[in-house]
Amino acid sequence: MGTTLLAFAEQHDGKLKRNAYEVARAARAYADELGGTAIGLVIGHNVREAAAQLGGHGVETVVAIDGPSVASYSTTAYAKLVARIAKEKGVEVLFLPASTLGKDLATRVAVKLGAGVAADCTGLKVEGGELIATRPVYAGKAVVDVKVLTPVKIFTLRPNVFTSGTGSGTQARVEVLAADLDESDFGARVIDTQVASGRPDVTEADIIVSGGRGLKAPENFHLVEELADALGGGVGASRAVVDAGWRPHDEQVGQTGKTVSPSLYVACGISGAVQHLAGMSSAKVIVAINKDKDAPIFQIADYGIVGDALEVLPAFTREVKKLLGEG
Amino acid sequence: MNIVVCVNHVPDTETKVKVGPDGKSIDKAGVNYMLSPYDESAVEECLRLKEKNGGQVTAISLGGDANKETLRKVYAMGVDKAILLKDEAPRDSYGVAKALADVIKELSPDVVFFGKQSIDYDDAQVGGLVAEMLGLPSVSVVVKLEIDNGNVRAQREIEGGHETVETRLPAVFTAQKGLNEPRYPSLRGIMQAKSKAIEERVPEPVPPQVEVVAMRKPTAKGAGRIVGTDASAVTELVRLLHEEAKVI
Ligand SMILES: Cc1cc2nc3c(=O)[nH]c(=O)nc-3n(C[C@H](O)[C@H](O)[C@H](O)COP(=O)(O)OP(=O)(O)OC[C@H]3O[C@@H](n4cnc5c(N)ncnc54)[C@H](O)[C@@H]3O)c2cc1C
Ligand SMILES: Nc1ncnc2c1ncn2[C@@H]1O[C@H](COP(=O)(O)O)[C@@H](O)[C@H]1O
Repeated sequence: MGTTLLAFAEQHDGKLKRNAYEVARAARAYADELGGTAIGLVIGHNVREAAAQLGGHGVETVVAIDGPSVASYSTTAYAKLVARIAKEKGVEVLFLPASTLGKDLATRVAVKLGAGVAADCTGLKVEGGELIATRPVYAGKAVVDVKVLTPVKIFTLRPNVFTSGTGSGTQARVEVLAADLDESDFGARVIDTQVASGRPDVTEADIIVSGGRGLKAPENFHLVEELADALGGGVGASRAVVDAGWRPHDEQVGQTGKTVSPSLYVACGISGAVQHLAGMSSAKVIVAINKDKDAPIFQIADYGIVGDALEVLPAFTREVKKLLGEG
Repeated sequence: MNIVVCVNHVPDTETKVKVGPDGKSIDKAGVNYMLSPYDESAVEECLRLKEKNGGQVTAISLGGDANKETLRKVYAMGVDKAILLKDEAPRDSYGVAKALADVIKELSPDVVFFGKQSIDYDDAQVGGLVAEMLGLPSVSVVVKLEIDNGNVRAQREIEGGHETVETRLPAVFTAQKGLNEPRYPSLRGIMQAKSKAIEERVPEPVPPQVEVVAMRKPTAKGAGRIVGTDASAVTELVRLLHEEAKVI
């Protein structure tokens, strides 16, 4: 029968996160390599449609645990359900997204299943019938290959990295279950969620435009925002401008901010201190705009413009709009 | 209020990482260590809880003798007691969590604080593992915390927003930066910390769950191309991003 893999699909308000497709397709790919089966798991309220959608991405079965009690995330309740399904289905390998929710959930599930966790993986390969994960350490200044030694193994996959593959064309069987839980299973409960609409968060964005002290003043950040919006991307910031109160902390990229892996990262007026590079050096393509031709950011940039960001940014935005047919 | 905070001793953020001779860990020569930044926020929050509610703050660190430097730092910030779980050998997150959980259980605290992640292995696991091992509720990546009569209302950061979570003490929290502005130790605090006793214990060994097979530097990206020196270069830049790099 081979190895059984389980992909935990994150959803919000019944809508799958992009990382849900990533874990499902990764489960399919490694089920094929290991000779096994892939199961998807969705937990939430009114998630049947999400489950059906996930079913088009390579898993053979989707388990949907549907009910009002699990409408919002509860670490303890979700962990109990994931562990239960994993046991019932004889799952040996679990994939979760290395998102805030996925990382939180993975630790609880790990203890329940006695499973070791390879966290925030950026690569996976099969060697001698075993999964070897690659993960960045020291904020990306080094990478390690790790092997999980326990019978049940958990991998959290960094969002935006496992992007290959598309829908499978076939439709998985969806099994809907009720969330059979007691009040005591809800140790902590989310009572309210405030998600800013509009721009994607830097950890989820495929394109990021980031600004640093070279922007000169907080009121110039609209130039960064306009380029980000033209590209459909997120807005990032260096610690210098976060500490100065120009930008909110959740935009900070770097060793003590967020680690990002977008396909395009545009650094504007950012010098490229090691702590900043640590958070973004794994971007596929890096563009730097900086007045100083010796700024360290140019050492890792694929393309650079040595110039004034305040002048380059508006022209950049115009050109992008022209290309994408909005201007 | 009985408060425990777990603190890790990690390479300073300036560190240029070199792979050590074993090919599995870093070369420690010349590396400066510090209190992990998120743990600093955790310590600050614990001190504030104590200032508000009374009680005591115990800091625990697992590692070698070098970790005493971090325990002295948190003494200087104002914690009341420091415990070193002495183990020079590297442990995976599970091994660290198990040792911490054993001690924490004995202390039966109301509040247990961690950083959201250590900036060495960036695992972001120990807090959650300990919470589950102790059967306690937890809130991770906390940016705001209110505790009133054992009732907890915490705000945590999620992708693109925030969540408000309710629970009850005893509970486990992991701190995100921005939760507070950590204090600088006073000179007096630093002087006093020098003579404070650090309790040493030897944690039980546990078999590893995750093994590092190899460590290497990420494939270095060479410096790229300077497309131009003013706004007129953007036409070419956008063409390159579209046609060559194919990212827009
Ligand atoms: C413990 C610790 C943790 C840290 N964590 C982080 C982190 O997570 N993230 C982070 O970013 N930093 C972090 N730092 C801070 C880091 O060391 C740098 O101080 C910071 O990244 C600098 O921000 P910056 O590039 O915006 O500013 P600066 O270094 O001041 O650079 C500004 C740049 O803008 C350029 N410039 C000026 N005017 C213009 C113009 N008109 N047009 C174009 N370019 C212009 C300048 O040439 C310069 O290169 C950390 C530091 C420590 C000690
Ligand atoms: N060796 C250690 N000693 C004490 N606390 C630790 C240790 N390692 C990790 N922690 C705590 O666990 C948190 C998360 O660490 P990690 O899971 O390793 O990213 C840290 O922020 C610390 O609060």
